[in-house]
Amino acid sequence: MTAPLAAVNDFVVKFANVNGSGSASANSMFAKAVLRMGVPVAVRNIFPSNIQGLPTWFEVRVTEAGHLGRRGGVDMMVAMNPQTWDRDVAEIEPGGYLFYDSTKPMPASKFRDDITVVGVPLTAICNAAYTVARERQLFKNIIYVGALASLLGIEIAVIEQLLAEQFEGREKLIKANFDALHMGRDWVKDNMAPLGLQVRRADAVGDRIFIEGNQAAGLGAVYGGATVCAWYPITPSTSLAEAFTSYCQELRVDPESGKANFAIVQAEDEIASIGMVIGAGWNGARAFTATSGPGVSLMTEFIGLSYFAEIPAVIFDVQRGGPSTGMPTRTQQADLIGAAYASHGDTKHPMLLPMDPGECFTFAAQAFDLADRLQTTVFVMLDLDMGMNEWLVEPLKWDESRRMDRGKVMTYEELEAGRDFGRYLDVDGDGIPFRTYPGVHPTRGGYFTRGTSRNPYARYSEEGSVYVDNVQRLLRKFETAKTLVPAPVLTRASQPTREGVIYYGSTGPAMHEALGLFEGQGRRLDALRIRAFPFSSEVDEFLASHDRIFVVEQNRDAQLRTLLMAENGGDPDRLVPVLHFDGTPITARFIVSAITQMMDATQPPGSRPLREAAE
Amino acid sequence: MTYIAKPKLHHPALTPNGLGYLRRDYEGSVSTLCAGCGHDSISAAIIQAAYELDLPPHRVAKLSGIGCSSKTPDYFLGNSHGFNTVHGRMPSVTTGANLANRELIYLGVSGDGDSASIGLGQFAHAIRRGVNMTYIVENNGVYGLTKGQFSATSDRGSKSKKGVVNHDAAIDMVGLALQLGATFVARSFSGDKAQLVPLIKAALRHPGPAFIDTLSPCVQFNNHAGSTKSYDYVREHNEAVNRLDVIADRKPIEVDYEPGTTISVTQHDGSVLALHKLSDHYDPTDRIAAMAYLGERQAAGEIVTGLLYVDPEPGDLHGALGTTDRPLNSLSDAELVPGQAALDRINAGLR
Ligand SMILES: Cc1ncc(C[n+]2csc(CCOP(=O)(O)OP(=O)(O)O)c2C)c(N)n1
Ligand code: SF4
Ligand SMILES: [Mg+2]
Repeated sequence: MTAPLAAVNDFVVKFANVNGSGSASANSMFAKAVLRMGVPVAVRNIFPSNIQGLPTWFEVRVTEAGHLGRRGGVDMMVAMNPQTWDRDVAEIEPGGYLFYDSTKPMPASKFRDDITVVGVPLTAICNAAYTVARERQLFKNIIYVGALASLLGIEIAVIEQLLAEQFEGREKLIKANFDALHMGRDWVKDNMAPLGLQVRRADAVGDRIFIEGNQAAGLGAVYGGATVCAWYPITPSTSLAEAFTSYCQELRVDPESGKANFAIVQAEDEIASIGMVIGAGWNGARAFTATSGPGVSLMTEFIGLSYFAEIPAVIFDVQRGGPSTGMPTRTQQADLIGAAYASHGDTKHPMLLPMDPGECFTFAAQAFDLADRLQTTVFVMLDLDMGMNEWLVEPLKWDESRRMDRGKVMTYEELEAGRDFGRYLDVDGDGIPFRTYPGVHPTRGGYFTRGTSRNPYARYSEEGSVYVDNVQRLLRKFETAKTLVPAPVLTRASQPTREGVIYYGSTGPAMHEALGLFEGQGRRLDALRIRAFPFSSEVDEFLASHDRIFVVEQNRDAQLRTLLMAENGGDPDRLVPVLHFDGTPITARFIVSAITQMMDATQPPGSRPLREAAE
Repeated sequence: MTYIAKPKLHHPALTPNGLGYLRRDYEGSVSTLCAGCGHDSISAAIIQAAYELDLPPHRVAKLSGIGCSSKTPDYFLGNSHGFNTVHGRMPSVTTGANLANRELIYLGVSGDGDSASIGLGQFAHAIRRGVNMTYIVENNGVYGLTKGQFSATSDRGSKSKKGVVNHDAAIDMVGLALQLGATFVARSFSGDKAQLVPLIKAALRHPGPAFIDTLSPCVQFNNHAGSTKSYDYVREHNEAVNRLDVIADRKPIEVDYEPGTTISVTQHDGSVLALHKLSDHYDPTDRIAAMAYLGERQAAGEIVTGLLYVDPEPGDLHGALGTTDRPLNSLSDAELVPGQAALDRINAGLR
């Protein structure tokens, strides 16, 4: 018999529920209670593409050490969904715990003998207390939270406080929730002992906040000065536009006139969304859309127009599992190449690659400066994992002295003073021309914007040399972009090494945990977190100074590795793909095991003995 | 068929308008379209309308899709910002532009392929959203630029230059515009400048979605016998319901009409539309009646032209969204960026 797991502030609880049963708010209350006790948590929703009836899971990693990636494995399963019982029970680690509703007896064959089974008669408790069906369903969730609190050492007062905040001013509701909470707690107190898994008050959270990436990005768009948002609903991006909407209503309504300093349109499709964004960008407003892969596919013709006619636009691509409709409610980083080169002809677009909701906020705001400065489409590449899960991040900060960078815009005064205006004229050698806002001057600064080739003064031209000059200038502009986008973050190993890893986006937390584990094993890996495309000179230096680099990604085709090879001459022999793409968030366990195997199996190319030519 | 006396204009080319601009100040680059193309006449009408309305050219934004028709914004209002977008998507770009700066005058020019074929969806949605713009479709029943394929406004039974008969039903953009809530709907003919110029003027002064379906023969690909969009066919079947004079604030245009046949509609901005009835009982402020009448006359084979419907007090998208009166593109950091104090409050709510 395996000994029951024993751990304090370091375990994983997974809730198996039925979609639409009201469990989401109870589960998130559970997670928040642990946070309020000063113990960090990392939570992940795993949900189907439907509204009601299908299985959903909610994973809570309790981690005083602050590992915010998904750990993998389940120490305690809260099995509230009979449909998924068998696989849920199978997923529990040996020695782990199974919590279930024991109202109806279960045959012994439905359990395992290497786990501890904790049966609480939730339905029976519920039915004794409530008669209305909806009440029975909702309060059952609170009852199990009370029971779990008792089993795991979560302070009831903390949960009561959360309930009181949630239902502020609705005393009857608060009391009803308290009662349900106590029913669960008391039943466990009277019938059971606490489990080997325990939450103990700590001081490891600090003033950090718990926020979803989409919410943070929506707020970042407010701080970035976006005034026009056009969007079309698609999972997992919808909540970004919704967050922008509600933050605008809170922060952007003129107190005197009651009028909106923003305009949000739910468009008829993604083509219209990006069309509106480009129209607004052309006309001097900061504008964005939020979408996911299928939406980007539809937008590509317009993205090429933005590139060639040089019109600022910001696209948030909250990536999900592709291709096609793919796994719409699962996470991936599989739109990188699609976004980087979106549209026909020779095009490339800057992409920002935030790691967590904190960077979703800052990069969202920065994207508008970059789009204005570079006069092109800037992608902000989130993914479902960071977009739709609450992550623990440092409180959001804003530099009060910062002002919007509207880029090179020629003013009425400059035009009036006779300054030469050529819309596509490279006056500063950085590839970035001046633009004017429509309507600025009665006789100067007007020009005809088009997707066809034209000369530096915006006159139509099919001349080969004029075309070539112009597209070469666009390449110069792309070079300039390298100096403006967020630089990569380098984490050196504790000792000098010729081996490294490159990673980006939501892989960040799992990779940080993995790096600690590698150090513990005595494996030295320098780590570079790439935060933007095009890749800046630091990336070139990293490529040049390492013999073998593991490129860790959440897609099948090693898309970032391809970009490193195509754009920065990365050597395919030295760039080793480490790929996780089953739709679940990557884990430190996966990274460590994949890289360890490869490190043990082969030497880096630099020191590899020459293979004999057998051909 | 009805012939009407042309308004007396006093050498407009040489007379400065109210802003001191000459007619040529409203011109653009030299057209590259085929000689005789209807689209050039529409460009000329736009120039005339803007000149007569004393519009500051730079306060007009002209947008188009792709096609021969969509090239024309290069050929008028050379001092206006123009945007030749992508095929069928002018409406969304204009919507966004309008959201960014509600103070400019938006003129969208499109073709029947651009707006009824590839862009039907965007046409419909811009109209139903109530974007404050003038939307002119230069309707020739074919794709001119790609050399004469049928477009979605081609009438069933009409014959292509190569003799192919169109078997698909035609999309009637006027009918759609009425149904979708355009607050100004007209049909006209590139060959009838006297009718077209006042319609464009009225549309430009209309503070809501104003749609003008303008028959505009393609001399290259759709001007033969058997076509229902040729000069001859349109002239023969044109039935104007009214003649319009736009009395902008300053200078009424004199025209002689028989007394008792004129009704006036005052638009929200003060401009007066003097409508001289040519067809008994036609009331251009009654949308449902207009739809019924158009259906009936169309069945009789007529091409009904004139100001078909106007709502003198229209709403628009900005009204629906409650946006500030100032252009969004002019708002400052102070108005847009909430600052750290607000962020502290938000942070506090996320623990
Ligand atoms: C996405 C896309 N598909 C096809 C084309 C080719 N194309 C250019 S213009 C045009 C039709 C234009 O017809 P219409 O709008 O009626 O304009 P006209 O030339 O008749 O004035 C087509 C199909 C294109 N430019 N873009
Ligand atoms: S092809 Fe037809 S539509 Fe195009 S310019 Fe010539 S006449 Fe006009
Ligand atoms: Mg056409």
